[in-house]
Amino acid sequence: MRALFVIAAGALFGFGLALSGMVRPEVVLSFLGLRDGGLMLVMGGGLAVALLAYQLFPRGARAPWLGVGFEAHTARMHRDTFIGSAIFGIGWGLSGVCPGPAIAGLGTGNLKMLWVIVGLAAGAGLQGLLAAPPATPRPQPQPQPQEG
Amino acid sequence: MDAGAIIEPPGDAPGAAAPVTTRDNMRVGLFLAGGHGLIESLFPNGWQHYLGGGLFIGAGVALLYVATGRLAGMSSVFTTSWSFVSARPFFQQARWLDSRIWRLQLALGLVLGAALWWWLLGPAQALGTEVPAWRLVLGGVVGGFGARMAGGCTSGHGICGMASLKLPSLLAVLCFMATGFITVALLAVLGVAA
Repeated sequence: MRALFVIAAGALFGFGLALSGMVRPEVVLSFLGLRDGGLMLVMGGGLAVALLAYQLFPRGARAPWLGVGFEAHTARMHRDTFIGSAIFGIGWGLSGVCPGPAIAGLGTGNLKMLWVIVGLAAGAGLQGLLAAPPATPRPQPQPQPQEG
Repeated sequence: MDAGAIIEPPGDAPGAAAPVTTRDNMRVGLFLAGGHGLIESLFPNGWQHYLGGGLFIGAGVALLYVATGRLAGMSSVFTTSWSFVSARPFFQQARWLDSRIWRLQLALGLVLGAALWWWLLGPAQALGTEVPAWRLVLGGVVGGFGARMAGGCTSGHGICGMASLKLPSLLAVLCFMATGFITVALLAVLGVAA
């Protein structure tokens, strides 16, 4: 049951990515090249609806329909957030594709998105290899509080 | 259908030109005329589909939250899915194991939703891109690394983080927008066509 809602939510998301044209790298690159401001409306529209849901729904409902609690966003005031985002922007400018449209693009028959997906998986894997190891699984001489 | 297409264009051209002239001469006023020009220069390819697409994206993010309490960042799936194949402690953290299934379900939904758009509103042919493969792969590697280092991408920080009123997410958006603009400008200067 919960899986159906997750897939339905993803379908709305993917339909929106396709409708907005974000599944076309050329559209994203024309935004980043300052030729078309449309992506401001995509983010603005998405943000407006998400903001309403995130801020208002938990006030009325103690729990989600099919869950126990609301996940809190883990954004940290940490240099990794900003250096990582700056690196992400370089990749975004190179390909014109970010993770959501890379996945959704497959649904529009654009098999070239597989190049991006392979790249994203490799990049995420590399990040995991280079990241600080998690604190708990192995006994360590010194406590490693980081990586939240 | 074909016959209609052949007959229509000659009659269509003057018919299409007339309303524009009429509208411009109507009592629209300088304010609207100015606004029209601004909108046209900001959004030369129209604005409705951008806003409409954004509202659908927001609806998906909202539904996931209301139904399951989860946040719809899309870069995490590229980390959580490594837990299926890598035994390394980093990829076997509980936070990845606990979310790896539903993140794949969400990704499946994205593909299905985009396919629905293609079926209902899209072109007859599959979408493609002129962006060369090396840029797609390299952009993917760099973008994937950066997004996971930052803990989010355009959806994770841009929509979910800002909708959670997280200041770091707002700053993250400013960071990736800035380097995105700079990267595209540099590629243009270097003569690398998109």
